[in-house]
Amino acid sequence: MEKIALRAVGMNKWFGDGEARTFAVKDVSFEAKSGEMLYIVGPSGSGKTTLLSMISGILEPNSGEVFIEGSDLWKLSSNDLADFRLNKIGFVFQDFHLFSRLTTVENVAIPLILKRMNWSEAIKIAKKYLDIVGLANKAELPPIKLSGGEQQRVAIARAIVSQPDLLVLDEPTASLDGDTGRKIVEFIKQNVLNENRCIIIVTHDDRIFEYADAIMKMEDGRLLDIERVKYEK
Amino acid sequence: MFGISKLALKLLTNDKGKFSALLMGITFAVFLMVMMMSMFSGILSRASSSIDNVGAQIWVLDPAVNNVSSSIPMPEYVLDYAKSIKGVKHAEPIYFGGALVKLRDGTYQGVTVIGLDDVTLYGRPNLIGGKIEDIFAENGFIVVKDAEFDKLENPEIGSEFEINDHRGKIVGIAKVSQSGLFGVPTLYTTYKRAITYIPSSRFTMSFVLIESKSSDDVPYIQEQIQRLGYEALTREQFTNKIANFYKFHTGLGINVLIMTVISFIVGLSISGQTFYTFILENLEKFGALKAIGAKGSELVAMILVQTTFTCLIGYGLGVGLATSVIILAKLKMPDYAAQVTYINLSLAFVLVVIIAVFSSYIGVRKVLQIQPFDIFRG
Repeated sequence: MEKIALRAVGMNKWFGDGEARTFAVKDVSFEAKSGEMLYIVGPSGSGKTTLLSMISGILEPNSGEVFIEGSDLWKLSSNDLADFRLNKIGFVFQDFHLFSRLTTVENVAIPLILKRMNWSEAIKIAKKYLDIVGLANKAELPPIKLSGGEQQRVAIARAIVSQPDLLVLDEPTASLDGDTGRKIVEFIKQNVLNENRCIIIVTHDDRIFEYADAIMKMEDGRLLDIERVKYEK
Repeated sequence: MFGISKLALKLLTNDKGKFSALLMGITFAVFLMVMMMSMFSGILSRASSSIDNVGAQIWVLDPAVNNVSSSIPMPEYVLDYAKSIKGVKHAEPIYFGGALVKLRDGTYQGVTVIGLDDVTLYGRPNLIGGKIEDIFAENGFIVVKDAEFDKLENPEIGSEFEINDHRGKIVGIAKVSQSGLFGVPTLYTTYKRAITYIPSSRFTMSFVLIESKSSDDVPYIQEQIQRLGYEALTREQFTNKIANFYKFHTGLGINVLIMTVISFIVGLSISGQTFYTFILENLEKFGALKAIGAKGSELVAMILVQTTFTCLIGYGLGVGLATSVIILAKLKMPDYAAQVTYINLSLAFVLVVIIAVFSSYIGVRKVLQIQPFDIFRG
């Protein structure tokens, strides 16, 4: 039986009031399943990033509910919500946002350190995850010494080091060339996705569509449709 | 929390340029503040050195007198009156005056001459050479071996000199706890010899020194002296009076205060601006940390750790630097008037804490304003 990783119901987000009110996301409901890689696609300004922010507990919706593992995300207090993000959600940002003053392995260890894990233990675990993304030999280098693709893999290692059930990636290929972008997404599909984890990717890069299990199209803040596809290696 | 603190410190110290600028700013500010306050403290301490060296419990003086070196001579009856007050164990006169000593090479050197009561020698210094009773010998003087000693050509026992056309002979060498402020050597002799050798006005007694039978008698003695139109001050009160004179009536205090405030503002600006730039450069990263799951309180803690660490290191370096400079200066110039006191250090620490709080406030405000959504939105 398929497990629902995330359920969003009636999501609305608008900016401004009265006649100036503009909907960024309008009445969007959908489900994402564990073990699937779901893309949110659409042109610029279609509300993809806003929706991603709302379902990952970063931007509060004006109305609507987000359920992850039975918890209504937006009913949690701000501290509980921060804890929820730390423990259940992994983030990969478009610009990676790695700390250039820390080594690669220290960057990966950040979520564990925030979880109050002992420093040396956190570094030990972070090294394992760097090994998973194939960068064990670059653990002590600062991120600026790495290529764009390598930095992306460090960001992925950081996002999965706390073993989240939900991984959200914002335009993961935007800063990479086509070939590297495809390799990264293929890597995520093969090594990061598992039956207990759901991955949601916001992208408009159609070169990586072939790796999607489901593609959710948006336009003008509305959900047009969700197409579930079969990925073949 | 240890891991988060370590993370904060790594973020700070690995940015070597910013960290060095912050440290330099705070170190420099602390250095200036401590130097200024130490110099002032040294000056105040030297200004009242005679009070410490003489060691009397109560000093009777004209109310217009603001420091030991500019005493207003009092008539003899003040001494007699003081001796008659109930609770007075003993009261003795003391003379403070300036004179020119003609050295063997024919040059003149200004000196401070202290005339001790001929009977009791009350207020006498500790000798490191010679015998105190030799002060009664003909032309006997005791020289103080302090930073100014070499200005008298390093005299020995038996050395002779000329003072106002009188012969003087060194019969003892003394050590005192504090040198004077004005950089002149000090000679002790008997009261009578002092007023004989040094031209003076009708009245000759600079101060009357009183020792009370018990500390409970002090207020009564002060009251009785006040009735006579004079002032009787305890050692601490006289020291404070001198300090207040230098602080508020010479321009010295306000100048030091202005310099200290300027140093503080320099430190505050450098630290505040550098830390603000540091936060601005890392703002997106702090936003990313928030998105990942860091709580506002944890980010505040990180900033507090960073500013506290920087300020403490800067404080230590600044104090170390100031102390080293003072030690080196004293090695080269023994009469250099500066002293690092706990009060100076505490005051500088308080000012550094204010710098830390200000810098933290700037950083915290900015970091708490950043929304994780801004990171997604780019």
